[in-house]
Amino acid sequence: MIKFFLMVNKQGQTRLSKYYEHVDINKRTLLETEVIKSCLSRSNEQCSFIEYKDFKLIYRQYAALFIVVGVNDTENEMAIYEFIHNFVEVLDEYFSRVSELDVSFFNTVFHGTWQAHSSPYQVLVLALEDDPTSV
Amino acid sequence: DLQSTNLVEVCMALTVVSQIFPREMIPAVLPLIEDKLQHSKEIIRRKAVLALYKFHLIAPNQVQHIHIKFRKALCDRDVGVMAASLHIYLRMIKENSSGYKDLTGSFVTILKQVVGGKLPVDFNYHSVPAPWLQIQLLRILGLLGKDDQRTSELMYDVLDESLRRAELNHNVTYAILFECVHTVYSIYPKSELLEKAAKCIGKFVLSPKINLKYLGLKALTYVIQQDPTLALQHQMTIIECLDHPDPIIKRETLELLYRITNAQNVTVIVQKMLEYLHQSKEEYVIVNLVGKIAELAEKYAPDNAWFIQTMNAVFSVGGDVMHPDIPNNFLRLLAEGFDDETEDQQLRLYAVQSYLTLLDMENVFYPQRFLQVMSWVLGEYSYLLDKETPAEVIAKLYKLLMNDSVSSETKTWLIAAVTKLTPQAHSSDTVERLIHEFTISLDTCMRQHAFELKHLHENVELMKSLLPVDRSCEDLAVDASLSFLDGFVAEGLSQGAAPYKPHHQRQEEKLSQEKVLNFEPYGLSFSSSGFTGRQSPAGISLGSDISGNSAETGLKETNSLKLEGIKKLWGKEGYLPKKESKTGDESGALPIPQESIMENVDQAITKKDQSQVLTQSKEEKEKQLLASSLFVGLGSESTVNLLGKADTVSHKFRRKSKVKEAKSGETTSTHNMTCSSFSSLSNVAYEDDYYLNTLHDRGDKELKTFSLNSELLDSESLTELPLVEKFSNCSLSTPSLFADNSMEIFHPPQSTAASVAKESSLASPFLEETTEYIHSNAMEICNNETISVSSYKIWKDDCLLMVWSVTNKSGLELKSANLEIFPVENFKVTEQPGCCLPVTEAESTRSFQYSVQIEKPFTEEILSGFISYHMMDTHSAQLEFSVNLSLLDFIRPLKISSEDFGKLWLSFANDVKQNVKMSESQAALPSALKTLQQKLRLHIIEIIGNEGLLACQLLPSIPCLLHCRVYADVLALWFRSSCSTLPDYLLYQCQKVMEGS
Repeated sequence: MIKFFLMVNKQGQTRLSKYYEHVDINKRTLLETEVIKSCLSRSNEQCSFIEYKDFKLIYRQYAALFIVVGVNDTENEMAIYEFIHNFVEVLDEYFSRVSELDVSFFNTVFHGTWQAHSSPYQVLVLALEDDPTSV
Repeated sequence: DLQSTNLVEVCMALTVVSQIFPREMIPAVLPLIEDKLQHSKEIIRRKAVLALYKFHLIAPNQVQHIHIKFRKALCDRDVGVMAASLHIYLRMIKENSSGYKDLTGSFVTILKQVVGGKLPVDFNYHSVPAPWLQIQLLRILGLLGKDDQRTSELMYDVLDESLRRAELNHNVTYAILFECVHTVYSIYPKSELLEKAAKCIGKFVLSPKINLKYLGLKALTYVIQQDPTLALQHQMTIIECLDHPDPIIKRETLELLYRITNAQNVTVIVQKMLEYLHQSKEEYVIVNLVGKIAELAEKYAPDNAWFIQTMNAVFSVGGDVMHPDIPNNFLRLLAEGFDDETEDQQLRLYAVQSYLTLLDMENVFYPQRFLQVMSWVLGEYSYLLDKETPAEVIAKLYKLLMNDSVSSETKTWLIAAVTKLTPQAHSSDTVERLIHEFTISLDTCMRQHAFELKHLHENVELMKSLLPVDRSCEDLAVDASLSFLDGFVAEGLSQGAAPYKPHHQRQEEKLSQEKVLNFEPYGLSFSSSGFTGRQSPAGISLGSDISGNSAETGLKETNSLKLEGIKKLWGKEGYLPKKESKTGDESGALPIPQESIMENVDQAITKKDQSQVLTQSKEEKEKQLLASSLFVGLGSESTVNLLGKADTVSHKFRRKSKVKEAKSGETTSTHNMTCSSFSSLSNVAYEDDYYLNTLHDRGDKELKTFSLNSELLDSESLTELPLVEKFSNCSLSTPSLFADNSMEIFHPPQSTAASVAKESSLASPFLEETTEYIHSNAMEICNNETISVSSYKIWKDDCLLMVWSVTNKSGLELKSANLEIFPVENFKVTEQPGCCLPVTEAESTRSFQYSVQIEKPFTEEILSGFISYHMMDTHSAQLEFSVNLSLLDFIRPLKISSEDFGKLWLSFANDVKQNVKMSESQAALPSALKTLQQKLRLHIIEIIGNEGLLACQLLPSIPCLLHCRVYADVLALWFRSSCSTLPDYLLYQCQKVMEGS
C-alpha cells in the first residue's frame, strides 16, 4: 500500500504531495523535510530504497526534482520504482517535455488526475487513457 | 452529481466519494453507486468499483451484500474495471482466503491472458504487458495457493509461463520476477518452479545493480525460511553485502542473517549486528535491532560471559528507548535460572562482577534502564562475591545515588538494592548516612523507602528473616483477605468513619448528580466522570478511614503509602487489574523485592504497633474486598430497581390497554374490562394485544426471577390449575391487589393459549410447559387430507424453540410420524427429547420440539423440513414445510445497569450510526423506545432527557448496545457490538419497525 507520494526539489521545497493516510498538517512538513534529507544524503551508488521508521521510501531523481513514494513493507519496491518512472513519462507526454515549473504551476491538473485509492496501477491505467486529464 | 447525466460530473462525484467520504454517510449513497456498476461507460463503472473498494476499506460490513456484483466487475469486458476489482479481491482474500478458492480459475485465466499479451497495446509499459496488473494477480494467487495443494496445482502452469516471459532485461520485469518468486515460495511447493525461482534469486543477488541486489536479498530473506540451503549457495555474496558501503543493503543482510541464526553462528551474527548498531543513530532502527539481538542472545547464547557481555552492550546502546520487555526478560532469566544450579551461580556471579567493573569506571554515563538492571542484580546476588564485602557494594550504590544524573525511579531501585544488602553488611556507616540523607528527601517515594530502611535497620534480626538471600523466586504468602485488618476497620467504623464505598457506587452517585449535564455521547461522559469520580471520593473514603485514628497514624500512613510505582495503581478500573499489569511490567524486573518490602514493612509494624500503619496496597486490597462484599448489596439494589421498572412499565401498559378498551366502548369496571379483553377483542386487536402480553409476560418473568417468593409460588400454583379455572379465577378475583397482580401476569399466556387451543386444538398438558415463555401464534404451515402441521415459536431465554404440532385429521392411526429439518448454514438445530412418537392416534395431535441456535447473524432465513409418516399399514407419505426465521427471533433483552452499559460501550469496536425519521405517533422518545422494546425485544436501561440507552443480546451471547437520541422528529440510533455484523442487521430491523409503525 502506498502511504504518500511526494515531489520535492533539491532545495527541499515540496512541489506536490499526496497522502493516502491521514497525517497532521504539521507533521507533514516535518516528515517531508526528513524524507528529503535522507534522500539527499544518498549517492548514486546506493540503492533507491530507504527504510524509514516503519515504512519504506522509494525515490527517483529527475534533474533537480525528487519523486519519493512512501510504502508499507508489503509493497514490491521495484514495481513502485518503475511506477515513478511511468508517472514521469506520462507527465512528459502531457506537457511535452515536463519541467519543474510545469509541476508547480499546474497543480490543479495533477490533483485532478489523482485517483482516490492508494494503488499506483490505477493511476497508470488512467494516465494511459486520454480523456480524464482534461478536467 | 451522482444522478447527473453528464459524464464528467458523475466522474467527479465518484472520485470525491472515494476520496473524502465519511463512513456514516455510506448507506445514503450506496444504492446510487451500486447503480453505477451497470453504467454503460467503463470509466464510470471503474470509478464505482473503486468507490466501493474505498467503502470496503472503511466499513467492510456495509458493502457485504454486493459481493456478487464484484464478481461481475471481475468479469467485466473492460480491463480497467477488472483491474479495479482486483483491489477489492486482494483485500478480501487477504482477510479470508478460503472463501474465494473458487475464483482461482478466473484469476489464472486473467493472468494467462495478460501474460500472453491479449490486452490492448495501451496497457504495455516498455513492451511489457500491464506489469502492475500482473503483480497484483500474482499476489492474489500467492494468497490463494498458500498451503493448499489443489489450488496451487491450478497455477503452476501460469507461473511457469510468467517466469519464462519475464526474461527481458528491464526493471519492471524484475519486479514481476520478484513477485513470481514470492508467489512460488508461498504456494504449495513444486520442485521445478522452486528451482527456477532459486535461479532468479541468484541472478538478482549477483547483479551489479544495487537495486536488484536489494531485491535479491529481500527475496532471499523470505525464501530462506522455507529453504535454508539456498543461503549456502550465496554465502560469499552475503558476506560481501555485509561490508557494503550502503547501510540499507547492510540492514537487509542483517535481517537475512537474523533468520538463519543458530547456536553455531550466533556469536558472529550478533557481533555484526552490534557493529551496525553502534553506527546507526536512528531511534527506530535501534529499537528494532536491539530487540532482535536480545532475542538471539537469549535463544542461542553459547556461554555466560558472552551472554552477559552482549546484554551489557544491548543495554548500554539500547538504553532507554528499547522495549521494556528486554530488561524484564533478562532479569527473569537470571532469577529463575536454568536447570543447572552451579551454572546459574556462575552466570549470576559473572553478571555481578561485570557490573562492578562497569561501575568502577569513572565518567561513564549509563542509561537508566541499565542502572536499574545493575542495581537489582547487585542487590540480589552480591553475596556470591568472595572478595568484596556487601559494604563496598553499598558504597558504590551510594555513590550512584548521590549522582544527579540518575532519575528518581532509578534511585528507588538503588535504595531497594541497598535495603537488600544491609542485613549482610556488618558495618553500616553508609547505610546510616543514606538514611539520614533520604529521610528528608523531597521526593516522597524516596523518603518512604528511607523510612522503611530505617525501621528495618533498627531491628537487624527481623531484617535478616525478611530479606533472605537468594529467595527472589519464591512466592510469598500474602494474606489476601486481610483478616488482620478487620479490627482496624471495626475500630474505624465505631469511631464514626464512613463505611467504604466501592468505586462504582461512588461513580453512580456522582452520575446521578451529574445527570443534568450528561449530554455527551456515553463513551465520553463515562470516561470523564469515571475519572473524577475516582479521584475525589477515593480521597474522601481514605480520609474517613483514617479519621478515627490519631494524627500520628495519618502521618505515618502517608509515609508508608508511597511505595514505588504507586501512581500507576490509581486508575479508573480500580486496583487489582492494575496490580496485575504492574507485576507484568515492573515486578518482572524487580520480582519480589517490592513485595517483600511491603511485607516486611507490614510485619515490622504489626510487631511494633498493631496494624497502625497500612501499606497502600494492602488498604487497596481491602477496599476491593469490601467492594466485592458491597457488590452483593448493590446487586440486590439494582434488582429492586428493575422490579420497580418492570412495575412501572406494566402499569403504563395497563393504562394503555384500558384506553384501547375504552375506545372499543366496553367500559364498565376494571375487572369486566380485563375479562372482555379475552373474549371480545377482534383478531386484529389481538395482534396488538399480543405485544402487550409479551411485555407483561416479560415483566412477569422479571418479577419471578428477582423476587422468588410469592409471585413464583402463586404462578406455579396457578399453572397447575386447569385452564378454565384459571380463566375464571382471573376474571373473578380482580378486586384484591394480589389477584390483580396475578392477572397481570397470567392472562397473556392464557389468551394466547386459548387462541392456540382454538386454532389447532392442542393438547393442554403440552401448553402448560410452554406457557412460561413467550411464544408466537400457531400458524398452519402445510396440510393435506390426512394431517395438518402448524408451528409456533417459543422464545426461550437461551434459545429459540420451534414447535411443530402435527394433527391427524383422518380417522386412521398414523404410524411412525417423523419430522426432519434440512440443515441450514446459519443455524444449529437440535432435537428436543421426546419429540418423535411412533404412533399418532386418530384425530389427535403430536408435537415436535426443536431448539434452534444461531451461528451467524442474518436478516431472514428459511428453515425447512418435511414430515414423513405411515398411514396405518398402507403407504408412506411426505409433506414438506418451511418456516421463516428472522433475526428478531434470536434477540433477547440484555439486562444491565447504566454503568455496565458505559463500560461495555467503550469496549466495543463495531459501531453503526443512522438517523431514522419517526412517524407522528411516536415522536416522543419514550414511546419510540417502547416500540423498540416491544417489537425488537430490546431492554430499556435508562432514559435521560432526550437520550435513551438500550441493550439486547443475540443468542447465545453476543451483546449489542444502542444509544438513541431524539432531535425534533429524527431519532439518531447508534449501535455498538462486539460482533461486526450485528449492528447492521439490528439497524435494519429498527428502521423497519420505526418506519413501519
